[in-house]
Amino acid sequence: MSDEKETTPPTDSAVMAKVKSRFDGATLVFSHSHKGDDTVVVKADEIHDVMEYLRNEPELDFDMMIDLTVVDYLNDAGLVSYLEAENARFEVVYHLYSVAHNHRIRVKAPLRSDDPVINSVTGIWIGADWPEREAFDLYGVTFRGHQNLKRILLYEEFVGHPLRKDYSKTDRRPLIGPRN
Amino acid sequence: MSDNKHNSDFHKLHHTELLTLNMGPSHPATHGTVKFLITLDGETIEHLDVEVGYLHRGFEKECENQNWNGVFPYTDRLDYTASALNNVGYALAVEKLIGIETPDRCAYIRTIVSELGRMSGHYTNLAAGALELGALTAFIYFVEARELLWDVIESVCGARLTHNYVKIGGVFSDLPPTFEGDIKRVFARNRELWDEFAKLLLRNRIFVDRMRDIAPISPEDAKAWGFTGPCLRAAGVPYDVRRAQPYLKYDKLDFEIPIGETGDNYDRFMMRMEELNQSMRIVEQCIEQMEPGPVNVNDPQWRQPAKDNIYTDMESMIFHFKNAINGVQVPKGEVYFPIEGANGELGFYLVSNGGGKPVKCRVRPPCFQLTSAVSFLVEGAMLADLIPTFDMINLIGGECDR
Amino acid sequence: MNSMTGDLLETVVKIAFVIGLNLGFFAPMLGWVERKQSAVMQDRIGANRAGVFGFTFIGLLHSAADAIKLIFKEDFIPRGADRMMHTLAPVIAVVPALAAFAVIPFGGKFELAGHNVNLVIADLDVGLLFVFAIASIATYGAVIAGWASNNNWSMLGGLRSAAQMFSYEVTMGLTIIGLVMYYQSLSLVVIAEKQVDFWHWGIIYQWPAFILFLTCAIAENKRIPFDVPEAESELVAGYFTEYSGMKFIMFWTAEFIEVVTISALCVTMFFGAYHLPFISPDMLVSIFGGGDFGAIVAMLIGIGVFVAKICALIFLQMAIRWTLPRFRYDQVMALGWKIILPASLIWIFLTGLAILLGLMPTV
Repeated sequence: MSDEKETTPPTDSAVMAKVKSRFDGATLVFSHSHKGDDTVVVKADEIHDVMEYLRNEPELDFDMMIDLTVVDYLNDAGLVSYLEAENARFEVVYHLYSVAHNHRIRVKAPLRSDDPVINSVTGIWIGADWPEREAFDLYGVTFRGHQNLKRILLYEEFVGHPLRKDYSKTDRRPLIGPRN
Repeated sequence: MSDNKHNSDFHKLHHTELLTLNMGPSHPATHGTVKFLITLDGETIEHLDVEVGYLHRGFEKECENQNWNGVFPYTDRLDYTASALNNVGYALAVEKLIGIETPDRCAYIRTIVSELGRMSGHYTNLAAGALELGALTAFIYFVEARELLWDVIESVCGARLTHNYVKIGGVFSDLPPTFEGDIKRVFARNRELWDEFAKLLLRNRIFVDRMRDIAPISPEDAKAWGFTGPCLRAAGVPYDVRRAQPYLKYDKLDFEIPIGETGDNYDRFMMRMEELNQSMRIVEQCIEQMEPGPVNVNDPQWRQPAKDNIYTDMESMIFHFKNAINGVQVPKGEVYFPIEGANGELGFYLVSNGGGKPVKCRVRPPCFQLTSAVSFLVEGAMLADLIPTFDMINLIGGECDR
Repeated sequence: MNSMTGDLLETVVKIAFVIGLNLGFFAPMLGWVERKQSAVMQDRIGANRAGVFGFTFIGLLHSAADAIKLIFKEDFIPRGADRMMHTLAPVIAVVPALAAFAVIPFGGKFELAGHNVNLVIADLDVGLLFVFAIASIATYGAVIAGWASNNNWSMLGGLRSAAQMFSYEVTMGLTIIGLVMYYQSLSLVVIAEKQVDFWHWGIIYQWPAFILFLTCAIAENKRIPFDVPEAESELVAGYFTEYSGMKFIMFWTAEFIEVVTISALCVTMFFGAYHLPFISPDMLVSIFGGGDFGAIVAMLIGIGVFVAKICALIFLQMAIRWTLPRFRYDQVMALGWKIILPASLIWIFLTGLAILLGLMPTV
């Protein structure tokens, strides 16, 4: 982010310090606390390890996966500095929350444009089931290890992934008739 | 016997088979927005698949093609039983991204409309819960309460269901002078209706038997499934965004967060019943604490000038024009802002590239996560248990399917 | 006029009266009562739109409008349904409801122009058994409707109604054994006559039987809180999901007539039938000058009292229907077999004991 330097507090929060101390540059691509939202960007291949650590480390104890979504930076590649280095277009965004410690963290994982694949976290939080299906449905991101990865909001016969930036909002899909 | 049941020989031996049932989307209990694919063994649910998406209308895609203020009408239609809450959530997220604080009075007004929205959502949910168990009279009592509430909301913003009341940097207009009196009158009547509703159901053996110990969930499971709001608190997890990360004026208000024990339908029902009372308390405190003052930020870059000035003042008109055509120019960055919606944590995750339109406008719909757990909750229960469970989950099609 | 034709004429008039009362008065009126009473209970106005030249008659015309609409609606039989059974089911539902009325006395016995008039269509010695026998046939209406519709919801509704109605029939028979022991008769005419003395009304000694019987009867009629066979939020409309037009209206009528039948039975057994408290029909005849005129007036008063008592019990049933939520299927069964059945057995035992010890003198 361009203006993160102004808003990042001089010292990291306890959560950030803990995560940073555990993971080195090979895993942790980037981090910031823009507007007070602690954010870590990790390599997509490492996501399962990072999430497992965040879930099971008693001092962090992120017992709830609040949200999972994807951002498509096709038209805004300049917005995020590390995308080019990672050869990425998408970013999977997880929001985690810990009830016991009342703290949040945002975890992001950049994904390549041609074959966006990432490991599923349904084994850690069962609640990730539907959000992952939704991301698959609308962005075409494949979650490796998901038991039931199929479209959720759109119908099976739908072609394309409408929330990708190259899916024109004027695109129309033909109506499908009754199946029987 | 029950062990044998899952053995395929059992069905062959007894000349029985499982019954597959398509429940919905055109079914009285599924509101036309969800389909259950049920495998029944007699009356017992062997397996249940939830299919959502019948009300999907591309909320995020629409938002990405709207300027920042143009998103508000779409947020109205997320949880349409409590649309003010969605307005507030989105406005707070954008303001966090911009980095502005709204005036005191505005924050109070937003707190009031949030709570009115929560009440309207809970009234709808509880009334429907009674209706779906066949208690029509109780249903009508809470519909009356909701109508009275909507009359007040109508006097505030001119709309009953989709308010479009909150704007970036303020609200549409100040509260009407009749507001305080209306609230007093309506709350008095609504408390009576609450008592009658409670008398009709809460000590009614049939109702209690239908709700108690049906579809319970443990705190650990509830957290893992991403439950928030009344359903999570019913399971005994004391998480309420209003308390955990206070926003607006909630840190200055005295209210209680009801916590359940078993996480069954009865507890979910009771959470909402009690939250109605707490919401009334909050609104009354807000009216007491509120002082006259501006309701919008005095910065035309974010909040367009008052309508009178737009027609009479040159500069105001220019600002209005710029805001309407180019949209508010929200600075670059990303932000997540959670508020306590009627169903649970309602979060907006926004990404801006500094332009007039959001790059990403994600809403974290609380009932999406709740609905995903329906099959977990009712498998092994009876077909009739699905109805109250599904109601207490409170799937709102507009919010779940977006 | 020989007595043969006289009897025949009398019977025809009585049948016409009973059918007219049920189909012409109670069935449409109950539609109105259901709407208006629920409206009153729920602080609403209720149906008030249907009207002729601006006269709405406090919503009464809605029943007529409904009837016209339903008669002209398409009679739809789903693909794959058993056409004959599908058509037969509503008939099986509605006929027994009417037939049960044959043995219910709706006035006393009078002498008119030297002719003995007994205001009951058939004075059977085993009237109560006849009622239960006939009521059990109505079960088939629901079951066949559910099976013949070729619809899973209907089927579930039919299965539920089969289980529910058969179990409650057993129980319903047992709930009134105590009453039969008290009156020493199975004939409804005799039971009605014995209640000429107010202190012999069934409700006085047999009120537990009344509560048990009414519960069973409502369960037998499949109305809330026992409407699991048609539970609209679970099974759409249960066994009559696939019915429209006239056939639908027949199920609807059958339900309303059963409400009336239940009320009539309760009135006959527990609330002094057509008697006014403390005033016997003979007294009424003499008050109005005796003779044919006195007999006719007393007869009309008797019928009026009977209908008024029925209306009061209909009001009670409607109030129950609009107050309580619905049971779950297994809870209905548990209530029937585990609570009402043992309770009836205990009541039979207690009644027998009381009669034996002379605490409850039989009449």
